[in-house]
Parts: sequence; C-alpha cells; structure tokens
Amino acid sequence: MKHLLSSEDLTREEAIAILDTAGQLATVAGRSVKKLPTLRGRTVVNLFFEDSTRTRISFELAAKRLSADVINFAAKGSSVSKGESLKDTALTLEAMGADAVVIRHGASGAPYRLAHAGWISGSVINAGDGTHEHPTQALLDAFTMRRHFRGGVGDLSGIRVALVGDILHSRVARSNVVLLRTLGAEVTLVAPPTLFPVGVDTWPCKTTFHIDEILGDVDALMMLRVQAERMQDAYFPSAHEYRQRYGLDAQRMSRLPADAIVMHPGPMNRGMEISAEVADDPRAVIVEQVANGVSIRMAVLYLLLGGMTAGDHGDRKATES
Amino acid sequence: MTARVLRGVRPYGGDPVDIVVSEGVICEISSPGSGQGHVIDAEGLIVLPGFVDLHTHLREPGKEDAETVATGSRAAALGGFTAVHAMANTEPVADTAGVVEQVWHLGRRAGLVDVRPVGAVTVGLEGERLAELGAMATSPAAVRIFSDDGRCVHDAVMMRRALEYVKAFDGVIAQHAQEPRLTVGAQMNEGPLSGTLGLVGWPAVAEEAIIARDALLAEHVDSRLHICHVSTAGSVEVIRWAKSRGVRITAEVTPHHLLLTEELVRGYDPIYKVNPPLRTSEDVEALRAGLADGTIDAIATDHAPHPREDKDCEWAAAAFGMLGLQTAFSIAVQTMVESGLLDWRGLADRMSVRPARIAALANQGCEISVGAVANLCVVDPAAQWVVDPSGLASRSQNTPYAGMSMPGQVVHVLYSGEPTVLEGVLA
Repeated sequence: MKHLLSSEDLTREEAIAILDTAGQLATVAGRSVKKLPTLRGRTVVNLFFEDSTRTRISFELAAKRLSADVINFAAKGSSVSKGESLKDTALTLEAMGADAVVIRHGASGAPYRLAHAGWISGSVINAGDGTHEHPTQALLDAFTMRRHFRGGVGDLSGIRVALVGDILHSRVARSNVVLLRTLGAEVTLVAPPTLFPVGVDTWPCKTTFHIDEILGDVDALMMLRVQAERMQDAYFPSAHEYRQRYGLDAQRMSRLPADAIVMHPGPMNRGMEISAEVADDPRAVIVEQVANGVSIRMAVLYLLLGGMTAGDHGDRKATES
Repeated sequence: MTARVLRGVRPYGGDPVDIVVSEGVICEISSPGSGQGHVIDAEGLIVLPGFVDLHTHLREPGKEDAETVATGSRAAALGGFTAVHAMANTEPVADTAGVVEQVWHLGRRAGLVDVRPVGAVTVGLEGERLAELGAMATSPAAVRIFSDDGRCVHDAVMMRRALEYVKAFDGVIAQHAQEPRLTVGAQMNEGPLSGTLGLVGWPAVAEEAIIARDALLAEHVDSRLHICHVSTAGSVEVIRWAKSRGVRITAEVTPHHLLLTEELVRGYDPIYKVNPPLRTSEDVEALRAGLADGTIDAIATDHAPHPREDKDCEWAAAAFGMLGLQTAFSIAVQTMVESGLLDWRGLADRMSVRPARIAALANQGCEISVGAVANLCVVDPAAQWVVDPSGLASRSQNTPYAGMSMPGQVVHVLYSGEPTVLEGVLA
C-alpha cells in the first residue's frame, strides 16, 4: 500500500493491520518519552488547503511521535481561488523531498489527483477531500468501536452502527460506511431525505428518515455535524426543526441500549445535532476518538513509510500468536 | 481554372465514379477513369458532403491561447468539415454586429471552412437584455443561429421573446438546456457514482425540464428551437414527443456523449470534465437510438479547446470541455456506422445535410450532384488511426481520446472546389 486515499483502498486484512498497529503504537502515549525513532530522517508534509486545526495537529503529533520531520504547509489560496495551483505546490514539495504528503482539500478527488497525476513520488494520505472521503477518521472511529466492543482485536462483525445527520455533504459518512462494511459492521444512515445523496440505496447500508426507529438497536450512534447554513439552501426548514427531528438529546439517549456509545467526529455544534448534556455524558466517547486519532495516524504513517507492508505486519502477528 | 477529378470515388459508399469539379461546383459525374482534369486519387474511398458543425468554440476574440479562428479552421478542415459555427462566448461576447463581423472576416481570411458566427441571445450572455439580433442577422456575417451557449436562457419570458423575435429573419434559438438553480456547483452526472465520488451532481432533470418548457414555448409562438448537446435519455424522449406534436424543434448530440460514460470520472481526471457532463451507458444507448431514428438531427462537436493549465489541476478547478473537430467523424463511424445504426447516407444526413438546413446554409450539405457547390469530404472507412494530442491542429490538446485507436480517416476535403486537405494533411 503506497497511498491512503479512500476507505475503498483497504481490504479487511489491511484495515485490521492498521488497527492492530495503532493499538501497539497507542502505548507510546503512556510513556514519559512519547517518541519512537521509526521515521527519523523522513519528511512528512501537512498540506492543508482548508482550515482544520484538529486534523492537522493530529497528523503533526503522529508524525513527530515517530520522529519524522514535519512541515506544515497551509496553502490558503488553492487554484480554485487563483492562487498557486495544486500542481505547482506538488512540484515544490517533490523538489524538497517530501516522503509523504498529508492533504486536506476542498475539492473531492484532489488527493487522488495528487497521487496519480505524476507530480510527486511520495505517499499521499487523504486527510479529507471535499465531500468525498476522510479515511483516517473512519479508521479512528473503527478503532474506538473495536476497543469498546471487541477488546481491541479482530473486526467489527455484528456491531450495529448508525450515522445521523448530513450524509450528503459528509466525507466522514462515506469513509465510515465503506470501512465499517469491510469490517463486518451493520450500518444504518439516518437523515432527512434532502440530506441523503442520490443513489444512497446502492450503498452497503440501510437508511431511514426517523432517528427514533433505530435508537433501541444500535451499539454506536455517530452524530454528524450539521451546518445551520444548510437551511438557507432549503435542506431543512430551521435549526429548531432539525434539532426536534434529528438531534440527540438526553431523552433520546435514554433509549439507547445501556452499553451503547455516542460518537462525533467534531467539531460539534452543541445544541444542534447534539445537546450539551449528551456531549458531556460518560457514554459519549468524543474525546477518546481524538486520542485514538493520533494512534491511527501514527499507524498509517508507519505502515506507508516505515518500509513495512500490511502483509508483513500480518505475518509477524501470526508468528507472535 | 483547371478542373479536378476525384478519381474512382464512391458517393455515399455506392458505386465508384469520377467527380469532376470546376469553378467551385461539381460539373460532371461520370464512370471511373473517364473524368478529365487534375487527378486526386480517391480509388475505393467514400465521398460525402462536407461536414457542417453547428457547435464550435473557436475562442477568438479573447482566448487566443486556447484556439484561434485560424487554428480551429485547420482542425475543422482536417476533420472533414466545410462549415463550422463559432459560438458566441468569446471575450468580448459575440453579441453585436461588430464582433460577429470580426469573426466572420477572420474565417474568410483563414479560408479553410465557412466560419459562421453564432450570435449571443442576450447582452454579454447575462440573460437580462436581448442582444441586437437583427443587426447581427443583417450584417455581412448573416447570423441565423443565436445562442447563449455555456449559459442557459433560463428566464421564460426572455426565451419566449427571443424565439418570437428571430422569426423576422428565419433565425433559430439554440438553447443550452441547463436549469441554473438545479446545477449550482454541479460537477458530474447526478447518480450513484456522483454520490460515491463526492462530486456535486448534475441531474438529468435540469436539462430535460428546460427542453420541455422550451418545446412548449416554441409551439406556442410557432418558432424554431434547436437544442444544443442533448445528453440524457429523458431529453431524447421529450424531443421525440415534441416532434410528434409538430413542434419546430431540432437537436444535436456530441461525439463524446455518443461514446463516453461517467465511469471515466472515477479517476478525477479533468480531461473528462465537460458540460453537459458524461452520462450513463443507458443515456449513450438512447442518444444513439435517437440519432438513428432522426429524433436527434445532428452530430455537433462542441469542440471546446482549453489551455493546459485549465485541465492540469484538481477536478473542481478545471474548465469544462473537450476537443472534438478532428475526432468527430471517427467516433460517428465507430458508434453509428459500425454498429449498423446509420449507413453512409445517414451519416451524411446527420453530419452535413440536416445541420446545414438548421443553419440555413444554401451551399452546404447539398446532394452530391452536378451543379452543386463542391463542398466534399473524402474518407477512408477502412483506415485506423491513433489519437496523438500533440499531432492535432488545435492550439490546445484537451482531447479525451489520447492513445485511442479510431476507425475511419478523412483523406481529402474540397471546400468550394478547392482542396483544403489532401492525403490527410492540409493542402
């Protein structure tokens, strides 16, 4: 595996290898010296065409914990806004010898283009592209669920996951549906009809317009950020009505199974898709997701750059067991 | 002027003859070997009336880094065309008699094809005020086709008035059918694939709703309507229905919509980004069937050159459009002739006769017969060639067919009796 562009790129074995590696690397966070020498001398570039402090910091921390040199390249003017083109930026990074480029871009497919247009030779990691995918988010979500429901080993077969909110514009939803399916989970998407993409019926998941139908039957409930501005485009009438019909409040939360968890990729709109009460509840694992994000990104960088393929890793695991 | 003889050529794929051309017209059609004059070897080749393109972006004035009237004319001649219609979305927009005359003069200077300017329907393509359609019609450019192509004339009242107004000079409104509100930010055909790729969808209904509305408007005011680059199965159905009602509606389809599908978007390569977008294989089948049964009247290239930087970028930042002039004939052969949907006469009808009639060009698309102006295209149906972007005559290279092997090659072209292309190269 050279790049990580989409959850579609991952086989079940590769996904599990990333989760297993993340599990091992997570122990670094508990040490007094939180650093491994693995990527010493390698250069990782965080190429962010969109603001996303939390994702950038997460990748930066992950790379630094593996002793890589990290460059943050906040390319505010994308070629969409007639700044420097993606191509010229890529050629610049190539000339500087970047071993991996972590890219966040507002245009769907920009990481794919970066990886395949022949501009650079290093690895490309998609840190969120437009309304397409955000594969490391899906991996950290899977990692979080696996810890809670599978003791941190194996896959997610039989786990029931519901994603609620703006599916149409959500790269998190796309990446999660694909990866969760690969890992054997049962996925249900919940949204008003206007916020489902055309063709969602062909996705490997169930869909419903009614959150109350699924509350009793989920192990993990993932609330997606809904921008209040969407009501200007008539996706829903008002924040009030959205909250009434799709928001997760304490009353709805009380109907979840006792061991269910509530997740959110952040940043949260408290009072919109999730009430403050729920966000601060012990069963909301949102802060844990953030911590797991660092481990997952360490694992992805390690496997892509560390000269170890997912297959090698699997072999070693087999030997150990 | 010496006579020229197309020796042993087969009109519409029929029996071989000699066609003698003198003073710009066909003066004799006789048995092979009998024609007298300067011989152009065309043994076994097929002769068709020169092709007429209803939809060409020549980019001049204003975007000469993408194409000029001269370079576009060369590409057109090499593609077998003897007339092209230069779209109005230049800088400045071709919305005055001055601009259309300039384009017309540039075409005459290039001298390789009839360059017929298309006039804008509204000032600056803005959809707010009617352009001076009458002035463009009575200028030396004699504009008959008016279009805001690139933009839809979406205001129903504006469309009604334009349809009515051009009746005074037998004009036709060529509509770019794209409901703007349904296509804000749209990037590709709306369907399961757009949902998966996370690209904003371009629903078929945005095209079909405008066609349906305009067909009813054209019926109401009894005027001529032409639909540009039809791309969906539903559009074909709407047009078929309108024609059955007697509405004076005609339509065109591009070569790329006859051949390519949205599956090509999977790699996010903007070479496949085009307006209207590539659709599904079901749409492609319906378009071919519609062209075969005459619901769709013409193949039009929508030749849309763009400089390299406008395609060498991420999908959302890229420009819409692809080259078409030099590949149109081969794609027509591949999709329509080799499939048995059209014979050579049928191909001539869709690439020359009907487009000439829509554009009201008396000396184009004529039956190959004695006395007709010699706008002729000689093709080799058996030839295969491989598309090399750098080998095309256009100033731009944004062809989606690079490396593809294509059937059928344009060998000779006569424009008003004079060779513009001989043995596949400019004469």
